[in-house]
Amino acid sequence: MVWCMDKSLLEMPAAAEERSQWLHRKGNWIRLSAMTMNHRAGLGHTGGDLSSADILATLYLGGLLRVDSAEPRWPQRDRFILSKGHGAAAFYATLAARGFFPVEILRTYMEPLSMLNGHPDRNKLPGVEANTGPLGHGLPIAVGAALAARMRREAWRVFVMTGDGELQEGSNWEAAMTAQHYGLDNLTVIVDRNRIQQGDFTENTIRMEPLGARFAAFGFAVAEIDGHDAGALFDRFAHLPIETGKPSCIIARTIKGKGVSFAENQPAWHHGVPSAEQLAAAAAELGVEVSW
Amino acid sequence: MVATQLYDCRDAYMSALEEMAAEDTRVCAVANDSLSSAKLKNFKACFPERFVNVGIAEQNMVGVGAGLANGGMVPYVCGASCFLTARAMEQVKVDLAYTRANVKLCAMSPGMAYGQLGPTHHSIEDLAWMRVLPNLAVIVPADPIETAAAMRYSLIHEGPMFLRIARVPVPRVHDDGYKFRLGKAVKLRDGNDVTLIANGLMVSRALDAARALETRGVSARVLNMSTIKPLDREAIVDAARVTRGIVTAEEALAAGGLGGAVAEVLSTAHPAPLRILGVPDTFAPTGTAEFLLEHFGLTSAGIERAALELLGKEE
Repeated sequence: MVWCMDKSLLEMPAAAEERSQWLHRKGNWIRLSAMTMNHRAGLGHTGGDLSSADILATLYLGGLLRVDSAEPRWPQRDRFILSKGHGAAAFYATLAARGFFPVEILRTYMEPLSMLNGHPDRNKLPGVEANTGPLGHGLPIAVGAALAARMRREAWRVFVMTGDGELQEGSNWEAAMTAQHYGLDNLTVIVDRNRIQQGDFTENTIRMEPLGARFAAFGFAVAEIDGHDAGALFDRFAHLPIETGKPSCIIARTIKGKGVSFAENQPAWHHGVPSAEQLAAAAAELGVEVSW
Repeated sequence: MVATQLYDCRDAYMSALEEMAAEDTRVCAVANDSLSSAKLKNFKACFPERFVNVGIAEQNMVGVGAGLANGGMVPYVCGASCFLTARAMEQVKVDLAYTRANVKLCAMSPGMAYGQLGPTHHSIEDLAWMRVLPNLAVIVPADPIETAAAMRYSLIHEGPMFLRIARVPVPRVHDDGYKFRLGKAVKLRDGNDVTLIANGLMVSRALDAARALETRGVSARVLNMSTIKPLDREAIVDAARVTRGIVTAEEALAAGGLGGAVAEVLSTAHPAPLRILGVPDTFAPTGTAEFLLEHFGLTSAGIERAALELLGKEE
């Protein structure tokens, strides 16, 4: 299953149970790294970093995404597009863990002239496919990339992770119609369904349910899974497309602020930034260390 | 007198696109339903696997273009300029310009080509909007020869481009051997009294104005400034040095487009008298494209008048 031999992947256990525990710890390392970055920068989107960490860990560190950190622009690579570009800290920590750049660079997050902008920039940082930040951009780009793979008769796949509030942007549904029309089963949309957007819970803002039924009505094969269950994520990502001839949509049910009790399910932690004390408390709860 | 033959530049664009697609398998086209106005019917028939119709969805259309470029294709994203620019402005900014995606925007039927359909369908703001975006080359071909040459150039240029493809028929102003050079003004006529700088359909009108001025003893230089970005600053400064003033003419708002770009150069590098011809700060009334061009003085007579006024030779 492991696609290429990045050093970061060699230590992953083969047995399912141990692998899930290992990925869970990797997810927590991404969480604490993101919180450390946000703390140092005094800026960031902690809640969404924490909700997406297990998805990122499974895709990248579970070896399911066919990328090669030694050749970031390898033409046959799978494309992963972080449409929720504000989740940059967790994404950067993941890319560093996968070997795209030294983890020490995470210290420069949002510093003047850093490669690590507040939102990802593919011209600055290896491993980034799209410059995102404004919402509703990732899915159209992913559809275009999936069409490119088809035109070129190549086997690489496209993954895009959106937020849930983000799906209020109409461009997503324009792109969904295109994905359906062209039967893009090389495309997988992952929704980080943490149920909170910047101002409030999604259902208090603009109701998103029944989200899975909406994607199904737009022609996607839909799976709803626990977005913090590394085993379930691994099994789902390892068996794509969900249905031949249809684009896949994985609604990952997540908890905003996951793993850090005082941040969980709190809209204020959408762009909350931890204090030194909160960072220490988070490290204790997550049971990991950040050495960079 | 033989009537001057007029050309729809969309035909030159279409032929060039189909030729390039035949030669280079990376070339693909993205449309938003309007296959006829974007002249893509034959492309679709010849290259069905490299043709994408996203329907009426311009934001998605530009994003799809960025994704195709990410995947190694060279997409030509073709739609009416009014929708392609205004509806998808953030995608043009972020997905193309900021990202430096190798996507070519073919902005069809720009300016006031859709005449009677009204200001919703006019695209007189596009030059100002596109010109301010870093990394995005902005090209306004003057005739079918230059349209084909700019299309050809676009395939070897790495990065996003905006090509404004005229629908209002124009005469030829370039010879068959014309070579397009990005960021270089083309001196179509030399002169030392006044310089006329135009692009798009206004170039042939500037040439007509120069001929009329000659009969009045005024020697007019004519520059085809088909590239607004990157701008040929040297040609503008040279014109300001050698001639006594500059008249710009464009089928766009007088604010922020070609005239604005020339004004920025003159005011900072070599102040000189300037007249900017374009659509004033208004939305156009009802009328055909030709009526509206007359209405706003975007004619050879209008250019001639402005040049004489600038030189203090009003009748």
